[in-house]
Amino acid sequence: MRIIAEALRTAWGTPRGRAGLMFLGFLVLLALFGPLFLPDPARQFDLDELSTTPPSVEHPFGTDELSRDVLSRVVNGARISLAVAALAVGLSITLGAGVGLVAGYWGGAVDALLMRFVDGALAIPRLFLLMIVLVVPDRVPLLALILLIGTTGWFATSRLVRAEVLRLREETFVRAAEALGASRRRIILRHLLVNAAGPLLVTATLGVGDVILLESGLSFLGLGVQPPTPSWGGMVLDGRAVIEAAPWVSIFPGVAIVLTVLATSLVGDALRDAFDPRGA
Amino acid sequence: MRPWLVRRTLQAALTLVIALILLFLVVHILPGDPLAREGDRALTPQQTEALRARYGLDRPLGSQLLVFLSGIARGDLGVSIQYGRPVTGLLLERLPATLLLGGAVLLLNFTLGVWLGVRQAVRKDSWEDRWITTLSLAGYATPSFWLGIVLAAFVGVRWRLLPAGGMRDPLGTGGALATALDVLRHLILPVVTLSAVSIAATIRYQRSAMLEVLRLPYIVTARAKGLPEARVVWAHAWRSALFPVLTLLGLWLPILVSGSVFVESVFAWPGLGSLAIAAVSGRDYPLLMGAGVLVAGVVVLGTLLSDLAYAVLDPRVRVA
Amino acid sequence: MTRVLDVRDLRVSFPAPDGHRFFPVDGVSFTLDRGETLALVGESGCGKSLTSLALLQLVPPPGRVEPGSAIRLGDTDVLSLRGEALRHIRGRRIGMIFQDPMTSLNPVFTVGDQIAEGVRAHLPVSRAEARERARALLQEVGIPDPTGRLDAYPHQLSGGMRQRVMIAIALAAEPEILVADEPTTALDVTVQAQILEVLDRLRRARGMAVLLITHDLGIVAGRADRVAVMYAGQIVEEAPTPKLFAHPSHPYTQGLFASVPRISGPVTRLTPIGGTVPPPTAWPTGCRFRPRCPQAFEKSQLPPELLPVGPDHRMRCWLAEGKVGRG
Repeated sequence: MRIIAEALRTAWGTPRGRAGLMFLGFLVLLALFGPLFLPDPARQFDLDELSTTPPSVEHPFGTDELSRDVLSRVVNGARISLAVAALAVGLSITLGAGVGLVAGYWGGAVDALLMRFVDGALAIPRLFLLMIVLVVPDRVPLLALILLIGTTGWFATSRLVRAEVLRLREETFVRAAEALGASRRRIILRHLLVNAAGPLLVTATLGVGDVILLESGLSFLGLGVQPPTPSWGGMVLDGRAVIEAAPWVSIFPGVAIVLTVLATSLVGDALRDAFDPRGA
Repeated sequence: MRPWLVRRTLQAALTLVIALILLFLVVHILPGDPLAREGDRALTPQQTEALRARYGLDRPLGSQLLVFLSGIARGDLGVSIQYGRPVTGLLLERLPATLLLGGAVLLLNFTLGVWLGVRQAVRKDSWEDRWITTLSLAGYATPSFWLGIVLAAFVGVRWRLLPAGGMRDPLGTGGALATALDVLRHLILPVVTLSAVSIAATIRYQRSAMLEVLRLPYIVTARAKGLPEARVVWAHAWRSALFPVLTLLGLWLPILVSGSVFVESVFAWPGLGSLAIAAVSGRDYPLLMGAGVLVAGVVVLGTLLSDLAYAVLDPRVRVA
Repeated sequence: MTRVLDVRDLRVSFPAPDGHRFFPVDGVSFTLDRGETLALVGESGCGKSLTSLALLQLVPPPGRVEPGSAIRLGDTDVLSLRGEALRHIRGRRIGMIFQDPMTSLNPVFTVGDQIAEGVRAHLPVSRAEARERARALLQEVGIPDPTGRLDAYPHQLSGGMRQRVMIAIALAAEPEILVADEPTTALDVTVQAQILEVLDRLRRARGMAVLLITHDLGIVAGRADRVAVMYAGQIVEEAPTPKLFAHPSHPYTQGLFASVPRISGPVTRLTPIGGTVPPPTAWPTGCRFRPRCPQAFEKSQLPPELLPVGPDHRMRCWLAEGKVGRG
């Protein structure tokens, strides 16, 4: 855990890393507390006057075609997008680490089977897989969506962890420690945790960005987060119909996505450099 | 080299089969009945049963899988629910448009991406270096569907600079050259959109490959010889820095495939991506499956070609 | 004797993690006359390689040559050159050979191409003629079957042959000065002598001046006209070779000689120099050799200048003040 704190501190030191971390921090705060201060978009229907209005002092991001304040929808959407991304990535990392550990440690047929499976799974682009999976059921509750996204994102991580386990198995210090009476399993686990924590953190950070892009894409296709739950992708979809007359409806949620994913990329990069100083 | 090639190809074939089995399982194991509705209409139980029998879905899972796989081997991917035509035919019909789009994007990414990556490496830590990195990361962070919508609305509709959608002007007449130019005009916005969101990886990869090579002793020798800087950078350094980027070509395909789904949809480009979208809204799962099969095949092929390129191009591997 | 190279007060700096700069090359001065060989001797970390790179402005960033340094090549101020003018110096007036020929040659180009390239960069000749010159150079450096070898790749040649190719490349544009940075370190002992022979022969034939950089005192004897010993970024002793070998005066030089086994003479214990070489980031204050010097005394706390020990013989040590007149 110390390594992670150390790396975060290093990342904070770089200008890009700091910008990314600041934005993410701000976004998390906004997502957690923002809706308390902003009007609830679900209650804004003014059935007499359903129309878009351009950005103004009262509505900094304007209103959408159902007269809902775009700013508060974007902030609420942040909650959803971040929650989905964080949970899905958490699931992916856990699954990936678990499978990688099993494959690397047990080896033999188990390893071969698992890795062949991973190869096959990686051949199908994640978006396509999710499209196919999501088209069949009638309605996909949010939790199910998170589970599906999470279970389609662990493949590369498992390879990473497996490689690390294999490397550790061969290290002489493992044998030396074993000779001194320590349990092989525990040595590998401990060292694995230390060595893999860094790359896993980087993967997780970048993964959050990827999932946000993925989920917003799915929502745009009508397959992801279902209305009326706000999501950035869904908002872009809604705004498409009025893009010429009221571009702000689509633009602001899109900008939110860009800034968020950019922030995760910057932080992920800074972390990666922090763990591997050789990287240019 | 030959035995390695055989082994690698067999491995690729196995991977493909596993991917196909996975695709099959994913659809059949999920809750929800793909045939309970046709488009948006809900069907009566009898209609559903009839459809099920027609598509052979009342048979045990194992035999369905065999039918599925043997069908693929024969080139038969089933029949589309909404179009009522063989899936294979539909896919082949739409393939050229996607290849054109994908090919153009690859071309742009590789030329512009390589050039920018090399420039960045040579000017490491300069303003230009930092800005190109940030901009390309911003590009990666941009959802392709959003960028497409914005570009189509502004460049296409509001300012009327370029066509906002479609592949051809429906009213267009004229010979081969005029048509080709027309298609090219329609190609610009979709290519720019897809390229903007995907070029970051190429730039990055080329930059880091170049930086590695520029550190090497033989580059110092080249400079010490008094060679012009351009020659040192392009003839000496880039020659070796190109290999890792070329191998990226094969790994590009999954990204382009996913990206093309949104871009084709937004720009009404008549390719596989928009076909997939139609399959989604029409809940046409045989068509979607067929597209999935094609995509998996393309990805596996791309990875294989990429490995092959690496083996062929590295003179040390060749000599070994 | 015409002076071809005049280096004065050369300092090379690098940034330290804490933001300051440190100086791996800290005030080096020497001259080179036409036709002579100067050996720059020192252990790793003393700054000799950086000195040679500075001559061609090849110090790797973030390192840089400090203002106040001067490198004159005949009438030309090397450090003020940029672009085309600088390119003209590299290879054409100063040629350089590097330590490890395996990594210093581009693996994807043939040997002939790499030599011809050096020719064409400076001399207006056709491809065919450049190739012919490359062949002639290969012959001159003593590679058998030069015509056949033109199309060989570096990894197809032995270590000794690769180094000969490096020499050929360095000579391609007919420079006045040849800088050889540890030319034999990466080679087998038997091959080392051959390479040194080649260098010597070419030097005489072309009237070049040679700057020979090495850590090996053994290859200096009989090959170099003068020797400059470097320690901790500075030259600590310089003299004509015979004089240095007969009367090494600086305690460091004496230490070097004492730690080298001799074939003749009584069998004695080797006495290594105590302590370790200081890192460039932390040069000792005062005389830099003081922490390891068996003859250190109070004045050693002041940084010494280069003081005369005899005609043409100087050392950077306060002990010289007692030695003048001897030798």
